[in-house]
Amino acid sequence: MGFGWTIVSMVVVLVIAWRFLGAYMVAVYENRTRWLAVLERPIYRVIGVDADAEQSWQRYGASVIVFSGVVLVIGYVLLRLQGHLPLNPQHQSGVTPALAWNTIVSFVTNTNWQNYSGESTMSYLSQMGTLALQNFLSASVGVAVAVALIRGFARKGSRTIGNFWVDLVRGTLYILLPIAFLSAVVFMAQGAIQTLSGPVHVSDALNGVRQAIPRGPVASQEAIKQLGTNGGGFFNANGASPFENPTGLTNFLSLALILSIPVGLTYTFGKMVGQLRQGVAVLAVMAVLFGGWLAIGATAEHQPNPAVAAAGLDRQPGGNMVGKEVRFGDTSSAFYNITSTQTSTGSVDSANDSYNPMGGFATMTGMMLGEVSPGGVGTGLYSILLFAIITVFIGGLMVGRTPEYLGKKIQAREVKLAALGVLVMPIVVLALTAVAVSVHAGRAGPLNAGPHGFSEILYSYTSVTNNNGSAFAGLTSNTPFYNITETVGLLLGRFAIIVPVLALAGSLAVKDVVPASLGTFRTDKPIFIGLLLGVTLIVGALTFFPAVSLGPIVEQLSYGRFF
Amino acid sequence: MVDVESREARGPGGMTPPSEAAGGVSRRRGLFDREILSQAAVEGMKKFHPRVQVKNPVMFVVLIGTVVTLVESIVHPSLFAWLITVWLALTVYFANFAEAVAEGRGKAQADTLRRLRVETEARRLGEDGSEERVAAADLGKGDRVVCEAGDVIPSDGEITEGVASVDESAITGESAPVIRESGGDRSAVTGGTKVLSDRIVIRITAERGHTFMDRMINLVEGAQRQKTPNEIALTILLAALTIIFVPVVVALQPFARFAGATVSVVVLVALLVCLIPTTIGALLSAIGIAGMDRLVQRNVLAMSGRAVEAAGDVQTLLLDKTGTITLGNRMASAFHAVGGHSEEELAAAAQLASLADETPEGRSIVVLAKQRFNIRERELSADHLFVPFSAQTRMSGLDVDGRRLRKGAAQAVSRWVTERGGSPSAELDSIVERVARSGATPLAVADGQDLLGVVELKDVVKQGIQERFAQMRAIGIRTVMITGDNPLTAAAIAQEAGVDDYLAEATPEAKMNLIKAEQEGGKLVAMTGDGTNDAPALAQADVGVAMNTGTTAAKEAGNMVDLDSNPTKLIDVVEIGKQLLITRGALTTFSIANDVAKYFAIIPALFVVTYPQLHALNVMRLHSPETAVLSAVIFNALVIVALIPLALRGVRFRPSGAAAILRRNVFIYGVGGVIVPFIFIKLIDLVLAATGAFH
Repeated sequence: MGFGWTIVSMVVVLVIAWRFLGAYMVAVYENRTRWLAVLERPIYRVIGVDADAEQSWQRYGASVIVFSGVVLVIGYVLLRLQGHLPLNPQHQSGVTPALAWNTIVSFVTNTNWQNYSGESTMSYLSQMGTLALQNFLSASVGVAVAVALIRGFARKGSRTIGNFWVDLVRGTLYILLPIAFLSAVVFMAQGAIQTLSGPVHVSDALNGVRQAIPRGPVASQEAIKQLGTNGGGFFNANGASPFENPTGLTNFLSLALILSIPVGLTYTFGKMVGQLRQGVAVLAVMAVLFGGWLAIGATAEHQPNPAVAAAGLDRQPGGNMVGKEVRFGDTSSAFYNITSTQTSTGSVDSANDSYNPMGGFATMTGMMLGEVSPGGVGTGLYSILLFAIITVFIGGLMVGRTPEYLGKKIQAREVKLAALGVLVMPIVVLALTAVAVSVHAGRAGPLNAGPHGFSEILYSYTSVTNNNGSAFAGLTSNTPFYNITETVGLLLGRFAIIVPVLALAGSLAVKDVVPASLGTFRTDKPIFIGLLLGVTLIVGALTFFPAVSLGPIVEQLSYGRFF
Repeated sequence: MVDVESREARGPGGMTPPSEAAGGVSRRRGLFDREILSQAAVEGMKKFHPRVQVKNPVMFVVLIGTVVTLVESIVHPSLFAWLITVWLALTVYFANFAEAVAEGRGKAQADTLRRLRVETEARRLGEDGSEERVAAADLGKGDRVVCEAGDVIPSDGEITEGVASVDESAITGESAPVIRESGGDRSAVTGGTKVLSDRIVIRITAERGHTFMDRMINLVEGAQRQKTPNEIALTILLAALTIIFVPVVVALQPFARFAGATVSVVVLVALLVCLIPTTIGALLSAIGIAGMDRLVQRNVLAMSGRAVEAAGDVQTLLLDKTGTITLGNRMASAFHAVGGHSEEELAAAAQLASLADETPEGRSIVVLAKQRFNIRERELSADHLFVPFSAQTRMSGLDVDGRRLRKGAAQAVSRWVTERGGSPSAELDSIVERVARSGATPLAVADGQDLLGVVELKDVVKQGIQERFAQMRAIGIRTVMITGDNPLTAAAIAQEAGVDDYLAEATPEAKMNLIKAEQEGGKLVAMTGDGTNDAPALAQADVGVAMNTGTTAAKEAGNMVDLDSNPTKLIDVVEIGKQLLITRGALTTFSIANDVAKYFAIIPALFVVTYPQLHALNVMRLHSPETAVLSAVIFNALVIVALIPLALRGVRFRPSGAAAILRRNVFIYGVGGVIVPFIFIKLIDLVLAATGAFH
């Protein structure tokens, strides 16, 4: 399938996901579907939750924090103790404290930044019982927060924004589990492995080499890794490994899974606020950003690698094929990595570090916009809605009214919370990068010197703070310094945004709705789409332009041209 | 400076021009009166005080930056560092100056009012009716005072006895005297106005120091100005946009060191100042003050900035029919004769019956009779008797030469005729109904037992009012006409005037319920009112404009007072509210859009030594790193000065739908905001390069 056809097919699949998965999610979060009640009710009984009791934003937020804290502690203990626990055919010893902390924080925050190689560090129990479980739960938390914010817009005069425990359980049970199960079957059918038996030992008598080929329950983990925009691979090679991503079809399915929920949530948003067009407008912004970045990435990777060219190989038929799987090719690999960096997924099927400078620019800056195009499950929607609130505030004034979005007045409190949510990420990324390039422990990390080394550090903090998890590679980050500083970015990038988002939901839910009139600033029109694009791009560009110009831009300019 | 004097007089965007009367608060000065400018130049220096600056987070950061570069300039002196320091200081100064200019006109007006508020003596009445002379300032609420012709009324109050003509020009600027009398809706008097004739007793209703005049002085001076809710929200956004750039700039130092470069502190401060939204930060408070001032120029006093903002949000306007939509009074427009009588006969009888009727309606019958049939006013024979109108009879008329002429409500006249042996007329009834249905008022005319016909009194809809309502509709505002008329009449007038809806046979309760119903649906409502029974509704409405002629209760309930007592101005108030908000949004957009060009000026300049490749980003081809940074800083300062007139006048408001307004403003201030600085930074750079001081 050519690149063009891949794109067309993906659009078709996503339109279907948008319409039907989007509608299904409305039914799930409005409690209108109950086909799994048999499983659902006992869960509430066990965790002692009254499924009919609604929560204020404070209670909802506290539940998110408490839940995440508890699973964090349990996960940490399990990783540390894995050597003494079952399902450990490779006899992996307990994970070291700093790495265990970094890893569990990274999975609880839906990031899946991996300072380890799965096959040489984790037992099967850790992979399934800790990491894959977090892939489900952290994804469900993200969607729950987004749905709570949608309820804030949809309700009026309400003190509550839903029940976190119900949203968490229903999201996992009704959405993530069934889709992940079916997808895992497809992955297996295509050749992804799924076994609890240990590695296969091969001896190559001809060359006198003995080799252990690691195996494990891969297909089941692969499905949720993509669907939940988590991105953490079973193997270090992630989506480039044939055991994880065996065929072109699984490659395509991976991308479709990654994009389905973030795209579908815009339908859910439009439906729940009662104006589908509002969801379409938000989706349009996501689509334009995604398309733009894909164009940059694919174009850049379709160019020959300048370093290879400089070495005298002037014919490179497949574009920049350094660090790419031949079975995927240049543009398709770029499609995969752009998709995963624009969705806070972070899985890769080719090495970012070997991308042409503008390809690296595209993967890095895609995250710097705040993961909104379309962003991670739930996180993408609530992040873009923060930008929408700021856009509405400025744009709404320009029509001569105090601003309102979806009929809700945007006042000092909303602006404060939205600005807070938008500011956290850039401030944390810049601060951590500044610290890392200033101290010895940080400067020891990058493999390369100069702008490329700077890009490696900047990329890593951008990735963790945006809860993306993709690595530029080339950075030795399994060190105490990086393990610890990264968790600062991980935690702030997740919870310092979730809390203002929930506060916003609470503050909006109480408000009355101002009916629309001819004098209302319409947020379902092209001009709003343009403004929201502009605000997202300008905020991203203004905050990261200096840093990016010292990384990929200067690198690219060193080759004397942009593409 | 731009010459705005000539444009000012016209008033923006089709609004009624400010009243031209002399005196009162609206005695105008131009926005850029030389005296105001020179005072503002001095005030601008005083505002450097940190206590003033700290209220404006954006400019406070600039002030701190200035101090930092000043220290740098002293420690490591260079022409470049000193120039940056001077221009940063000028940036703060220009912001101060803008605010001072905005305050200037109000301050001058307050001074005029203070001079008018002479220390008056009052004649206070004791319990026993004795008089005692006290200073006006010593009067308390509930005191009773006497005023006679020539006295200045010492404080606000209500007339309890008597009637007087009062000169209110000190407040309204309108020199024609008005009649004030005890009881009813014309009993309120204002301190500082002057009794021209007669004697009145006034019960003081204002506390010491809280008279209308005191409030007016405070308001025009902006002494108690507080940030409005939207202004607070915008300040938070601007603070956020300032905070975000602090790490951006601070982090550059370690980034640069990692790249093996060094960046001077002066350049970093310059970059920071260029990136934070100084343009809107500098002009924000000036925009708010100028918005209030524009209302004052139209003789409307807003009791709070919040009310002005709410005016921009109003979705429903409740407008009293009389005086707002129609001219004050009904006018005779046709004679409809019945029962074989000629129109001229009817006209002659109606004219006679109206000769003694001094109401505007009565006079209009006389005028129409003269126009149509050339019937002149006649000398009446000695034995005539006027029958005045009474609420019981609902008729008036004249008995003369044995004829008994009556005109009045059709029912009443018919009954009167029947009582005298005449018979009611079906023809008359059908005409009455037709006239009523057309929105006019029918008056039946009888001569003894003979029904002569019907005089049609028509409400005259104000000229140009349909267009104003069409504009309101275009900007999404619903207009509702309030009238005491019956539904038939109301419907007809509503249609002719082009309002969206009407409330007929309106009682104060019905009005109140209408407001509540609209607000229930989340809409903001504006209304005007003057009577005491309007007070609850005025208080309930989001924007309540009380007429200055109205009662004290009405004036206290509303959040604006129209000194001209012209209810049509409600529409202007809404437009001024919108203009204020648009100006804020437009300058914020402009300010943020400006940053793009500034980056392209400064970033290449910062690192061009370490990474000569970055010269490719120097798209403006600026002369040298130093001129590049300086040009951006100078542009950043001068753009504030250039936009002061816009901030004070407000962005032009054209009544049209939100989409059209938005498109226009996004294009001018958003797209324009990206392009303009590229041009001017390049021009400034050319000038700097030409001086030869930089290489």
